[in-house]
Parts: sequence; C-alpha cells; structure tokens
Amino acid sequence: MRKIICFIATVAVLSFSANVAMAKSDMVDIKGSDTLINVVQKLAEIYMKGHPGSTISVTGGGSGTGIAALVNGKCDIADASRGIKPKEVEDANTRGVDPKRVVIAIDGLSIITNAQNPITKLTVDDVGKLYRGDVKSWKELGGNDTPINLYGRQSNSGTYDFMKEVVMKGEYSPNMKSMNGNAQIVEAVKQDLGGVGYVGVGYVKDTTGINVLQVAANPSLGYFSPTNSMDVKSGKYPITRPLNQYLNGEPKGAARDFIIFELSSEGQEIIENEGFFAIPQEYQRYNNDLLGRSGEPEAKGTKYSVNGRDGN
Amino acid sequence: MAKNNNFKERFIHGLFLFNGLLVVAVLIGIFILLIVKSAPVFKEVPLKDFLLKARWNPTATFIEPSYGMGSMFVGTFMVSIGALIIAIPLGIGTAAYLSDIASPRVREITKPVIEILAGIPSVVIGFLGIVLVGPVISKIFGLPNGLNALNGSILLAVMALPTIISLAEDALKSVPLSFKEASLALGATHWQTIIKVKIPAAVSGIVAACMLGMGRAIGETMTVLMATGCSIAMPKGFLSSVQTITSTIAIELGEVPYNTTHYYALFAIGLVLFIMTFIINMISDIALHKYQKVTK
Repeated sequence: MRKIICFIATVAVLSFSANVAMAKSDMVDIKGSDTLINVVQKLAEIYMKGHPGSTISVTGGGSGTGIAALVNGKCDIADASRGIKPKEVEDANTRGVDPKRVVIAIDGLSIITNAQNPITKLTVDDVGKLYRGDVKSWKELGGNDTPINLYGRQSNSGTYDFMKEVVMKGEYSPNMKSMNGNAQIVEAVKQDLGGVGYVGVGYVKDTTGINVLQVAANPSLGYFSPTNSMDVKSGKYPITRPLNQYLNGEPKGAARDFIIFELSSEGQEIIENEGFFAIPQEYQRYNNDLLGRSGEPEAKGTKYSVNGRDGN
Repeated sequence: MAKNNNFKERFIHGLFLFNGLLVVAVLIGIFILLIVKSAPVFKEVPLKDFLLKARWNPTATFIEPSYGMGSMFVGTFMVSIGALIIAIPLGIGTAAYLSDIASPRVREITKPVIEILAGIPSVVIGFLGIVLVGPVISKIFGLPNGLNALNGSILLAVMALPTIISLAEDALKSVPLSFKEASLALGATHWQTIIKVKIPAAVSGIVAACMLGMGRAIGETMTVLMATGCSIAMPKGFLSSVQTITSTIAIELGEVPYNTTHYYALFAIGLVLFIMTFIINMISDIALHKYQKVTK
C-alpha cells in the first residue's frame, strides 16, 4: 500500500514539474476556424521543426468557438475566417481581453457543384438565391431540371457567418444540410448531382468530381475563378476574404514569434502551397503596424479598425 | 480492535450513504439548474410557440430570431423511434436465441462480444454512418445523399442493441425453468414455447430493456450530429435530413454569448430532453419493478 502511495506521489510530482517545464518553454495554444486548421497546423509543424522546444497546439471547432475561447482566456490565438463581431468585442472588453487582429492569408470562398452539373458560372446574386432557398431547381438558373441540395456549415463556423452576412444578405434556407467541415461538404457534393457547397479555396486543390464555379459580382464585370491567385488578390473574384488570427493585446513572446514566421516569405509560401493565397501589401502594412515592425511608433489604437465586421 | 472495526464499518456505511445521497442531490441540482436557466426564455417566447413552431434560427440577423423547437422535437423522436423499430425485434430475437436455443459455447462467446459493441465510441459509429451506411442508403433509395433520419436510426439501433439484448436475455433467463418444461411437455414446439410462454412471462423485463435502449438513443449526440445531415426544416419522412435536440446543443452552446435569450433557449431544449429521458426511465423502472414482483 505504502509503495503504491509512494509511486503515485512520485508520478504526481514528476508530471507537475513536467508541466512547469512545459509552461516555461514556448507554448502557444491556437483554436478556431476549421477553414484555417489544416494550413495553421502545417505552419506549426514546420515552425516547431525549426524551433526545438517550442510547442504549438492547433485545434478546430469553428471561428465562433475560437473567439469565445480567446475571450475566456482559454487560448492564445483564435483562428477566424470572419471578422470579430461588435458583440464579441464588447464581451471581451468586459472580461479585460483586448482582441487584436492579424491577417495571415487570403481566401477565395469557392462555390462548388457536382462535376456533372453543366452550370459553370453564377453571379453573387444567384448564389444568394440558392442559399436563401429562393430557387428549388437548377433549371431556374439555366441548368438541368435537378432539384437543388444545399450543403453548408454549422452556425459556429465563421464561413457560415461570412456567407450569410456578405454573400447572401439574408437567412439560410431551413433545408440546408449543416456539415461538420469543409472536407465533408466537398465529399457530399462529389456524390450529389444536385448538390452545391461553399468551402475555403484550400479545399478545392483536388477538383476530381467537383466543379469550382466562376463567380461574378455583376455579369458585366465578368466571371472569375477563386483558384486564380491574381484574380483573388486583386479582388476581381467577388467573394474573397481575409483569414485572421486574433490575440489578446499586441502579440508578445512565443505567439509573436510564430506570427512573424507565418507572415515571413517562408510562411506565406506554405500558405500558398496549401491552396490559400499570400496577403497583399495593404494587409502586410497593417500587420507590420500591429507588430510594430515598420519603424512607426507602436500606437495603442491603430488606425485600422479591428472591431468592425470588415469581412470582405 | 473490535472498536476499531466498528468505526471502520460505520465510516464505510456513512461514506456510501453520502455517495447515494450525493447522486440524488446532483440529479435534483441538474433539474433545478435547467429550470432556472431556461425560465427567462419563456418571458420572450410563448411556451406554445417554443414547443410547436418549426423554425429555429436564433442567430438570425436579417429577420427576428426565432426559437421554435418543433422540428427538432420531431427529429429527435423520429430517429429514436426508428432506432427502436429496428432494434426491438432484432434485440428480442437475439436474446431469445441466446437464452434458449444457442449452445452454451456459442453463448459464452457471443454475449461478451455483444457487450463490447456497447463500448464502441459514438464518433466511430458516426463515422461509419458517413462512409458506409450513408452511401448504401443513397444507392438503395436512389437519393442524392444518405444523411437522413433513417441513417441515424440504423446507427442508434446498433448502439441500443447491446443494452436491449443483454437485459432482455437476463429477463428471459430468469423465467423459471418449470415454465419451459411444462410447455414442452404439453407438446408445444420450441418456437411456441418462446413466443407464447417465455416472452410473455418476461415481458416487463423486456419492456425495461427496450426503454433503457431508447434512453440511450435519445441522448446520443455525436452519432446523429454526424449522420443525420442536420437540416432544421420540419422533416417530411425518414428519408429527409433532421437535426436532433442533442446536435443543436452541441453545435450552438460552444459560442453562444452567455445570458442571452439564445443561451436560455438552449437550456430550455435541454430541459425538454431531460424530461423526455426522465419519463422513459420512469416507465422502464415501473416495468422493471412489476417484473421483479412477478418473478418472485
């Protein structure tokens, strides 16, 4: 009996000291967007190889879940595929958390259909009609007489919110199926002749079985594809969005080192390899301001709004 | 020494009494918490609308948020009832086979294996729903996808089967041997003996088994979240997607701002779920008591 107690005590002491040691090393906890999870995981893997002793854990759960965790002090960085909501900022401030935003990549939100669907391009307005449930058959959009099956995300997803607020400007049809993540949407649309889905451009690197639709803000402006990096970066592709990370206050310590790595040319290259796009100059300038790297004084309130819902 | 033992005895006695009371206190505590946390929602949403309206859209920004759990209630009920329709005949049949027909060798191997089935994590079963059951359903019925109430029912049936088989077999086995012998001696066949004598004699135990199986099915979250397609419209049948109460809580509780109507509404649907499982457990408890009296 005494032996067992001794053993338990030793294990407890050891694991406690191990915990302390871990806390001393560079531990960064990242949580949030399922759109970003794969690419941030990849970044973390490569970063950890180059920085032995640093530990970066990346988990998903959705942008809303990530931001809630940041507000509750349960993670260091929240991945978000949408802008933070005013309500969330308010909530954070009452808890003494000051959310700051870093933009790490650009996404062209891709609208996908089954490969056998003859429709290859739509306007933003058509996409809105689809998801609001205003059209029931592909015939109404000039396609076959196949019923439309909507695949979307669950309400804790940032992509769900972005789609609703920026693209549809209305409420989702109750008939939409809520899937667990981008990959599940791609799989479902592959099998469904009448299916349509929306996913981050990093999830359409492999297009077997699906069509990535060209989208136009207005037919007269022309249709563009989200897989074309130039069109997304220049904003010609109408549903582009920044992919963000939120921190509590200006980045410090290990989190700051990791963010600097993400924004470096090596980090941005990894992001492009994962199918998303490197950030253009305006966001680079914004990030540098926040990190205090451009020689400008580290202003408390930056001139960029981090509170607004600047999802587009 | 004797005194010491006496103290030990009393201490252990007290410890387990405390444990038992603690469980009761936790149960009552959960019930009170659910009522207190869900009460504010009924100031804003009439109870009738909350229970019967089919539109659940608490995060609406372009229209008024709506809190109607009707379609979720129907969805939860359909998936559970569907699971029982599949699991009860299979479960009772297997139980009867194991208790009366199977050789001791077969029983010795089969019963533990069936009980292991109960230990498979629900995510794994949900995964099977996506990659295996879903595609099969869509092929058989010619549907564009297999994420629907039927898929959920099949998976929950698989999850409820071990409970039903195990408990129903116990019930059948505790029917006195003389019943079976008398029936066979009167010239009844094996089949007649099982259907007309043993199952009626064990019926309350079997009912309890089925109800406990259903309790498990209703409360299951991960499997249905993955396999039923989660669409919030009122289901038209077993081949349409449904969202259950448990899925809704799992999806939305993670990011709901505290102390808002949405937050209270999630507690309120939790309360409805609690009451549903409570009633089912009560029925199974009553049935079980009746059965214990009969066999005594």
